[in-house]
Amino acid sequence: MTNPKGRFGIHGGQYIPETLMNAVIELEDAYNRHKDDPEFAGELNELLNEYAGRPSRLYYAQKMTDDLGGAKIYLKREDLNHTGAHKINNVLGQALLAKKMGKTRLIAETGAGQHGVATATAAALMGMECVVFMGEEDTIRQALNVYRMRLLGADVIPVKTGTATLKDAVSEAMREWTSRISDTHYCLGSVMGPHPFPTIVRDFQSVISREIREQVLEKEGRLPDAVIACVGGGSNAIGSFHHFIDDEGVRLIGCEAAGRGVDTYETAATIATGRLGIFHGMKSYFCQDEYGQIAPVYSISAGLDYPGIGPEHAHLHDIGRAEYVPVTDDEAVNAFEYLARTEGIIPAIESAHAVAHAIKIAPEFGRDQVIVITISGRGDKDCAAIARYRGEDIHE
Amino acid sequence: MSRIKTAFESGKAFIAFVTCGDPDLETTARIVHAAVRGGADLIELGIPFSDPTAEGPVIQGANLRALKGGVTTDGIFELVKELRHDLSVPMVFMTYANVVFSYGAERFISACRDIGMDGLILPDLPFEEKDEFQPLCRQYGIDLISLVAPTSENRIAMIAREAEGFLYVVSSLGVTGTRSEIKTDLESMVRIVRENTDIPCAIGFGISTPEQAGKMADVSDGAIVGSAIVKLIEKHGKAAPPYVEEFVRTMKGDF
Repeated sequence: MTNPKGRFGIHGGQYIPETLMNAVIELEDAYNRHKDDPEFAGELNELLNEYAGRPSRLYYAQKMTDDLGGAKIYLKREDLNHTGAHKINNVLGQALLAKKMGKTRLIAETGAGQHGVATATAAALMGMECVVFMGEEDTIRQALNVYRMRLLGADVIPVKTGTATLKDAVSEAMREWTSRISDTHYCLGSVMGPHPFPTIVRDFQSVISREIREQVLEKEGRLPDAVIACVGGGSNAIGSFHHFIDDEGVRLIGCEAAGRGVDTYETAATIATGRLGIFHGMKSYFCQDEYGQIAPVYSISAGLDYPGIGPEHAHLHDIGRAEYVPVTDDEAVNAFEYLARTEGIIPAIESAHAVAHAIKIAPEFGRDQVIVITISGRGDKDCAAIARYRGEDIHE
Repeated sequence: MSRIKTAFESGKAFIAFVTCGDPDLETTARIVHAAVRGGADLIELGIPFSDPTAEGPVIQGANLRALKGGVTTDGIFELVKELRHDLSVPMVFMTYANVVFSYGAERFISACRDIGMDGLILPDLPFEEKDEFQPLCRQYGIDLISLVAPTSENRIAMIAREAEGFLYVVSSLGVTGTRSEIKTDLESMVRIVRENTDIPCAIGFGISTPEQAGKMADVSDGAIVGSAIVKLIEKHGKAAPPYVEEFVRTMKGDF
């Protein structure tokens, strides 16, 4: 779907400082050289299978199915991957690519900390230096992940500018990359930023939908009726959608973080409340004011607390191929608790946004229909914050 | 001929940057007048952006202070209109692509012409994306300023050949901010620029002392100073104009 200049419809592009242009061109060249190289694919598969634990399970959630009384519900268990989220799929790919490019240092932004942990993990495994930028607000919300990154040998730099959340971490990682390019790869964590990142990250995450397709065909003998995933920048969602995009019969549903509601200022639902803009290297939809100042968005989920959405999602929205729906903090927390009680699975609060929407729509489906929800990560990291949300103060 | 060329006509040009609305627009107006009295040949007016990814901490801070003070693009257009009553110095806007895009590219660029701006610098608009705004800039007679960086290498010639107004040569890797030392081989960069274009080139990023400014102006056609001026404004607030005037005079020294 990408044209040579990295556009998805009108979205995408390379809106970055001149200082970075040769770096992204070099990255694109290296990626094009390696992506179809059987040796690279073999090494990456070995890492994904033996190290990250792929393929991840497609689990039939029978109790949830019975309880909701509609579609048959399957959970794509990305939470069972090594490091506890889908982020490792992309990171192992990029780290391997960076290594082939002769880079010795990885930098990354992180929101919830899952991408930072994955990057720190890959850096440890491959003997690379690692620096992770994380909004100061998020280092407090996700203190456990900060410790994990440091334990893995990464430097974690708290970012104090702006809203001190994910968008500021991205800005700071970009600034760092402009100051040190020759030995450093910016391991971007989502399907966003300048071309070629949205394509590279999508390709590395598309293993999710490739597996869902095989697994659901094996279990049900048919394709699913809907695939549901949460969307911040949108990497687990695009990974879950990719191999179904040409199957018009499969509804693709992305769940955005509505925070306290799309009619409040405390929201991060980009498709619901944003408009077209240019930021962080890409043209896409962004939450912004009338003068184009980027909005200080909010969500209980640090991983979805981002004012934009990846350009391919913006395009899938434009052409009506995917639906994007807002899910509030309250709905997500309820779903977090629901999945824990019903299936004994504690999802990441990000993934709980997708669970929440499935709870809403599953009863509208017939018993012979199939819904797949991507559980993008596990929820251990969120327990303290959810307890606080419920008025209970626990120590991690 | 664009008014920008006049900045380079009487010797090397000193280009002064200020963030509009830091600490308020009224002070910005007095600072611009002061910089011109101090000898600035071209004024770069920063329209603040919430997330200025090419800026170091000093100009980031100015952007956030200005936005907190409620400055808007429309307010800045009014400021320029007033400045143009008695200033003929060439002036360019420095901002981010989204500020222009979100306002409506044609509405923004036509307003630039109407209020008497001469050019536009967008650090997040590289050569590959300049079609986003260049046709409109040509239509309304606004020079879209291109940048080359120490990492541009094989791209310098291509960028220089299509450059308009003046070429902004980024002295160092990284973001804006003062630096004790500039190590880039600027002579080589400027040589490639000159082989490919007749428009002037000025060096910016990291210049804070008269010695640095003189050195940069020696190898090119001018020096651009931002963070060092913004630091003075941060320190002195509404009382900054005379300090800026004196600073510009000292910096410009004998070039």
